[in-house]
Amino acid sequence: MDDLYRQMIVERHKHPLHRGELPHVDFEFEDENPFCGDHLHVMVQVDENNIITDAKFDGSGCAISTASADILMEYVIGKPLDVVKGMDKEELLDLMGIEFGPVRLKCALLSLKVLKGAVYGLEEGE
Amino acid sequence: MAWDAARLRDDFPALAREVRPGVPLVYLDSAATALIARPVLEAMADFETRHRANIHRGVHTLAEEATALYEQARADIAALIHAPDPREIIFTRNATEAINLVARTWGQANLKAGDTVLLTEMEHHANLVPWQMLAQEKGIHLEFIPVTGEYLLDLDAMQRLLETTRPKLVGVMQVSNVLGTVNPVREIIAAARAVGAVTLVDGAQAVPHMAVDVQAIGADFYAFSGHKMFGPTGIGVLWGRAQLLEAMPPFLGGGDMIRSVSLRSFKTNDIPYKFEAGTPAIAQAIGLGAAARYLQEIGMENVEAHSRALVDETINRLAAVPQVRLFGPGTGRQLASVSFTIDGLHPHDISQVLDTRGAAVRAGHHCAMPLHTRFGLPASTRASFSLYNQREEIDVLIQGILLAIDLFL
Ligand SMILES: Cc1ncc(COP(=O)(O)O)c(C=O)c1O
Repeated sequence: MDDLYRQMIVERHKHPLHRGELPHVDFEFEDENPFCGDHLHVMVQVDENNIITDAKFDGSGCAISTASADILMEYVIGKPLDVVKGMDKEELLDLMGIEFGPVRLKCALLSLKVLKGAVYGLEEGE
Repeated sequence: MAWDAARLRDDFPALAREVRPGVPLVYLDSAATALIARPVLEAMADFETRHRANIHRGVHTLAEEATALYEQARADIAALIHAPDPREIIFTRNATEAINLVARTWGQANLKAGDTVLLTEMEHHANLVPWQMLAQEKGIHLEFIPVTGEYLLDLDAMQRLLETTRPKLVGVMQVSNVLGTVNPVREIIAAARAVGAVTLVDGAQAVPHMAVDVQAIGADFYAFSGHKMFGPTGIGVLWGRAQLLEAMPPFLGGGDMIRSVSLRSFKTNDIPYKFEAGTPAIAQAIGLGAAARYLQEIGMENVEAHSRALVDETINRLAAVPQVRLFGPGTGRQLASVSFTIDGLHPHDISQVLDTRGAAVRAGHHCAMPLHTRFGLPASTRASFSLYNQREEIDVLIQGILLAIDLFL
């Protein structure tokens, strides 16, 4: 249990800080992980300098994908869009501080995939 | 044979392992892939070490022994499912390939634009996508027998669909890999034949758990996989009526499926070789033959009774957990699989917690996305039972689920 479900993951899953709606959305994207039925919607708001002023997610997913989304939202708020565009998966995995097997890795990385879809302005479903 | 649980477990070498130190394996994922039986391993090792040669191609001793073993396997599998003639047993890679074979050969030759293929809402993707592909190519229609709120096929709706759409083919699973529902295939096939439809049964979840008699069922085609019935991976079976098989065009082209070849043309071989192009999975076929003999020895009635007892007890104990919602028709009506959901708790998390207890279950849509969609579920958790499972393993399952609820809710 300790390996995978560090208290933080469980806490984030039960009480996410960044789940919800944004009153004003500049970028958003939705995607799913059909293997497990996870569905994630990410919304981003930026200021005139393209700094992320707020970010939220909603959808349904497992504890890892929820915690990952919550941690990622927290991390990107206050950062320039370009920095987020340049983020790689190692950065997110470091933030989570947990090693994942190949199957759960997809859950852990769904949030980054959806966030990138948003900041690169992809159309939904692309 | 008397039911000897300890001896049975001993026949499955994987059960001796621990998932991690001190945590024995509780294997509740046999519906995905069953554990392999020792006699199967032995039969394959015997072939590979003593008789390994290509089949139907040589006149030396090893080639003859290999051919005899391969054909004996075909006969043993025919006996298990009561096929009247071993020539009607075609070796494929798996159930999926068996169904694709029917779609690609019988379907190609016999279906045309505007024809209907009637399937069910509970089918595995293996019995949906091959027909969808054919529908896209040829403009055939797909219709579906609905699943009722009680997780059974709606036979009244089926009767209406049969009469209004006059399908050319009806395809149905015998046992659902998610709901555990045992469909009344005999009745369905009779109704389908009454309107002139050719019939295909996906028996992937039936053959490992119950006595199957393809003649009594009355279907035209019957497909199943070796790895779900204690055999190796890479081998499956299509049974078909000889008359139909003989009239069908070949599937893949190459060696063994031909009688004669000239530079520009070929004559096809007799069944079943017509559908077995190239060197087949010889060791795997021989292994599957051993699995068929193994099941016959234990007796399918015993296997079914054991599976049903475990399934019913699991359903009853899960029903006593308030957060659990069962996804299936209930005790007495399910075979092998028990699926469920827990509000607010993702199947992945349930599965991961169970894994810490050594228990392997399946989390996801189990290759039945339309069925999950029908009930508004993105995914479910499935525990599936087989002849080597025992009651104590249900304790591990239930405790793991309670732990997951405690942790996450
Ligand atoms: C009912 C059913 N049909 C078909 C299949 C496909 O089997 P395979 O993947 O071995 O081809 C499965 C198993 O996944 C199944 O449960």
